[in-house]
This record gives sequence, structure tokens and C-alpha cells, in this order.
Amino acid sequence: MRERTRELAGTLVFPLAGLALITGIILLGGKSPVQGFAALISGSLGGAFALAETAIRACPLLLAGLGVTIAFRAGAWNIGTEGQIYVGALAVVALAPALGMLPAPLAVPAGLLVAAVAGGVWAWVPAFLRTRRGVQEVISTIMLNFVAIQLVSWCVHGPLKESTGQFPYSNEIPAALMLPRLLPPTRLHLGVVFALAAAAAVWVFLFRTVRGFQLRAVGASPEAALHAGIRTERSVWSAMAISGALAGIAGAVQLMGVSHILFEKFSPGYGYTAIAAALLGGLHPVGITLSSGLLGALEAGASAMQREAGVSTVIVYLVQGVIILSVAHQAARRRAVTEAIRQRGAQEV
Amino acid sequence: MTGLEEFLSGTIRLSAPLILAALGEIVSQRSGVINISIEGMMLGGAFAGFAAGAATGSAGAGLLAAAAAGALFGCVFAFICVVRNADQIVAGMGINIAMIGLTGALFRAIFGMESLATAPRLEDYPIPVLSGLPVVGKVFFTQSVLVYACGALALGIWFFLRSPQGLGLRACGVRPEAADAAGVRVGLTRFAAVVFGGTMAGIAGAYLTLAQTSSFAENMTSGRGFIALAVVIFGRWHPIGAVLAALIFGGANEAQFWFQARGSQAMIAGIHVHIPYQALLALPYVVTLAVLTVFAGSYRRGPRALGKPYVRSR
Repeated sequence: MRERTRELAGTLVFPLAGLALITGIILLGGKSPVQGFAALISGSLGGAFALAETAIRACPLLLAGLGVTIAFRAGAWNIGTEGQIYVGALAVVALAPALGMLPAPLAVPAGLLVAAVAGGVWAWVPAFLRTRRGVQEVISTIMLNFVAIQLVSWCVHGPLKESTGQFPYSNEIPAALMLPRLLPPTRLHLGVVFALAAAAAVWVFLFRTVRGFQLRAVGASPEAALHAGIRTERSVWSAMAISGALAGIAGAVQLMGVSHILFEKFSPGYGYTAIAAALLGGLHPVGITLSSGLLGALEAGASAMQREAGVSTVIVYLVQGVIILSVAHQAARRRAVTEAIRQRGAQEV
Repeated sequence: MTGLEEFLSGTIRLSAPLILAALGEIVSQRSGVINISIEGMMLGGAFAGFAAGAATGSAGAGLLAAAAAGALFGCVFAFICVVRNADQIVAGMGINIAMIGLTGALFRAIFGMESLATAPRLEDYPIPVLSGLPVVGKVFFTQSVLVYACGALALGIWFFLRSPQGLGLRACGVRPEAADAAGVRVGLTRFAAVVFGGTMAGIAGAYLTLAQTSSFAENMTSGRGFIALAVVIFGRWHPIGAVLAALIFGGANEAQFWFQARGSQAMIAGIHVHIPYQALLALPYVVTLAVLTVFAGSYRRGPRALGKPYVRSR
């Protein structure tokens, strides 16, 4: 019984500490925590509009989170999803005039393909630098995030500035590239269906194909995989490229489904939130579908919280950080328990 | 000041936070713990230093608060990764993201949205006599106390790593089981090393808000913690190497300001070229990538047990 209580305390320590911290910050700003949390819930779950907002915010998180999953499963720390999201959206906007000439049923897939290639190449660079030059991808992917953000900033101030040349954002993408709305007047768009389909595809790839198995083997033990004849370098390359492609698609879906224009700060940190979604979802497509729904609700609710209770949305990052820490902590606890059981077993034998 | 003096002195000013953070990270990594959350810890230190400085009106108090905050974050990270043996990369990412939220939300809660609040500045302290020397005086001896601390700490850590205690710490990073057998308390050593690294990151952050500027902005570290990680690798996990590596990155950053101040016009092969400011802003990151691409692979890959939790077998 005491074991059970301690186990429960261990599970709850980070979430409770996080909740206390957030309540404290809201009080410090002279706002009402009750009003804040009420807005958080009504803004994410209260009614069709709120639910649609939750779904469209979950959409890029799910797509990019699946990308993060594939990289992490292969033992490649792709923290560059934020940059890959930007590059994906940028590629679509850059080619929008050409893509817009295609008939609508072709324009959308072509747009997604362009974004996937751009994101994939952007993510393959750090994979190449890691396997050939020994550059840690934790650092290189972050550096490329900053480069991508400046690249987009330059484009929307320069070559891709809207036609009147007054404002630092791109022209609206042609109608053929816009994703149809599923339930007007809510903003729910077709991208949500794409994201769910991608989750199913990633599940099949990871758990039902040889390439997926090889990729997981490389992540679990690179040396064993090498001895088993798996070309680890190629696995890392393809994992990072697929990972970046999914993040690029996430950027394209956000562009084609929601914003329709590209601007600086186009992504409010979706790439980083996607990492939280992937880890919270246990690096499993089903788990990530649920966790991105939860984090999407958090984002939608946080916007309502800022509007109605004046609590800044940046607080969401605190919640995400605490989630990641508690997941890391829990995983280590579970490992310690299995280890203890194994050792006890070994002693008895 | 002449242009050259200005450039060199600016380089040192911009290198100092990288040096401070990298020195802490070297101690942490030499003990076997990779802490990628120095980015977040710098941000936390920057905010703590700013807030405490603004509240008390004393830059010294701000500096102390930043160091204390850094030590606290170090304790959190060490608890999760050294005591509980959690994955160091994942926990590091968690702290980085949490810090953006924590500092951003606290900043807006305390100082409001359109804040123009300023903290007292940590004024430069010209060293008597030495600061009067030509060139060198302006460049090296008319700087913030924290810059002098960089030099002293680099030497101090170099000597420490060569001392018997330092040997024990390095053993924890190479063969923790051997260190354990030789009577070194691996967990305790690593915990202390991480807390030291956190403290240094906190001070490095305070340098940004108290010595470089006297204001705070959301996510103002903007990747400096990760550049410090690159500095550790490029400096071959050696304190003096890290100082030299940081100077290169500081120089790239100073060059960026230098170009920006000159209207970002350049003459390349006799042709006027307009360099967009975004390219200049991206320069430090591109330089980091380029330096790592050229040098990371040719170096030994750091302490052998880096990033691996040590679980004592019975």
C-alpha cells in the first residue's frame, strides 16, 4: 500500500508542481486563476467552435509530432521541426503561382509534396553532417531553425512581399491551394483528415515494414543493428528526411488550411510543441494522436485565456516543459523498477 | 577608441556569456552529464538577474539572484538526470521549453506587456594602471568584472581538472564504474558538476541583462546556450580551448553588428552588394554550423560516458 502511495506521489509531483507554479504566476499578474482556468476549458472544449479550434491546432502538432517520432525512434534528435515547418510553408508560397495553375484536386497534393521535399532536405542536412562529419544533430538542427526563420523573414520582406509592397507578408495563396473547410462556419479543414491518415501511415511504416523495423533497431542499438547488417547511415538519413518531410507538410497544412499567407513568426513554436506531443504520446502514433489533441486543446484554451482573463499564452510552454520533464522522470522510474525486478530475479537464480 | 580596438573589445564582450556558459558545461560534461538545457538556464538567469536587479536597484544583487536561480535549475536537472537517471537530452529539452514559458509569463505578469523596465547596469571596471596601456588596455582591461571572471575561472577550472579531485570528476565521465570502485562518489560528483554548470549558465544569462543591456526580452538568449555547446566541442572540452573557441563566435557576432552599423553595404570584387539584415542575423548560426562541420568529426568525441546514466550494479 505504501508502495502504491509513493508511486502515485511520484507520478503527480511534476504536474502538481506545474499547476501550483502556473496558479502562482496568474496571481502574481493580478488575475483570477479560476477565471483563467474556466476560459482555458471553455475555449478548447466548450462547443463546436472551440472543438474545431482545438482540432486545427492539433493538426500541425500531430503531423510534426509524427515526424519527431520517426527521428527519435531512429536515435536522431531532430529538434529542428520548427525550421522544417517554416521551410515547408516557404516552399509552397514560393511556388504558389505555378501550383495555383493546376486544377484544385492536383494543386493540394502537389503543394504537400513540395513542402515535404523542402522539409525533408532541410532535415537531411543535419543527418548528413552527423554521419559524415560527426556534428551532433541536437546543435545543428537548432542552428538551422534560426537560419530558416531568418530566411522566411528575408523572403516576406523581399522577394515574396505582397504585391502592393507595403506589408511584410506574402500574397494570399491561390484558391486552388486552399484546403476546403469541413464544417463551415468553423475553421475545421481537410488537413485534419490528412493528419489522421499520416498517423495511420506512420504506424504501418514503423511496426509493419522492414524499413520501419530497421529504423527502430538503429535507434535501440546502433552497434547491434550494424552487426545485423543494417545500413545504419541510410536509416538515419531516411529517418531524418521523413521526419523533416512530415514537419514540412505540417507547415504546408497550416498555410493552406488556416493562415493562407506566410509571415514572420508564422509558427508560434509548433515545432517545439510537437516534441512535447511526441514524448507525451510515448513515441507511438496512437499516443501522439491523443497527446496532440490534448496540447491542441491547451493552445486553443490558452488563446481564450489570454483574451478573457489576460493571462499570456507563453505560459503554455511552461506546461509543455513540465510535461516533458515528468515523462522523462516517469520513463526512468519504470526502467529502475524493471531493473530492480531483473536483479532480484538474478539473485534468486 | 580606434576601429580595431572597438572590434576586439566588442568581440570580448560578446564572447563572455559564451565563455561563462561553456566553462560550466565543460565541468558538467567532463563528469559525464550532457546538459543541453544551458540555453534555458541562461534564460532563467537572465530573467532572475533582471528582476532582482530592477527590484533592488543593485546589479550585484541581480548577479547573485541569477547565480542562485542557475544553481536551482541545476539541482532540478541533476535530480531528474543524476538521481533518477532520466534521459539527459529529453530532460534538457523539457527545461529549455519550460524556461521560455516560465520567464515569459513571469515577465509579463510582473512588468506588464509594454514594459520599458530597466535593471541597473553592471558598469565596466577599468583595472588601474593596466587599463592605461595602449590597445591592450582598452581591449582587455576596460571590461565588466564578469569578463575578468572568465579569465580567472578558465585558469581555475584548468587547474582543478588537473587536481586529484578533478581527476576523480574526469573519471566519472570516462569510466564511472572504475571511479566508483576507486572510491569516487559518482552520483555526488555529477550532481555537484551539474549544479556548477547551472550556476555558470545563470551568471552567463545575467551578463546579457545586466552587463550587455539593462533590459529583458522574451526568449532573449536566442540559441546562445546551444552555441555554447558548440564552443565546448570546438574547444575540445578544455577550458582554455573553450575561451579561444568562444572568441571566434564572439568575433562573428561582432562582425554582424559591424556590418549592420555600416548600412550593410559591402564591396565584393568591386561590385556594391546589399546584404539583407536577416543574413547578418543568421551569421552566428551559420558560423556555428560551419565550424562544427569542419572540426567536430576530427576531434575525439568527448568523454566516453557522456550522456550515459550511471546505475551501480549490485
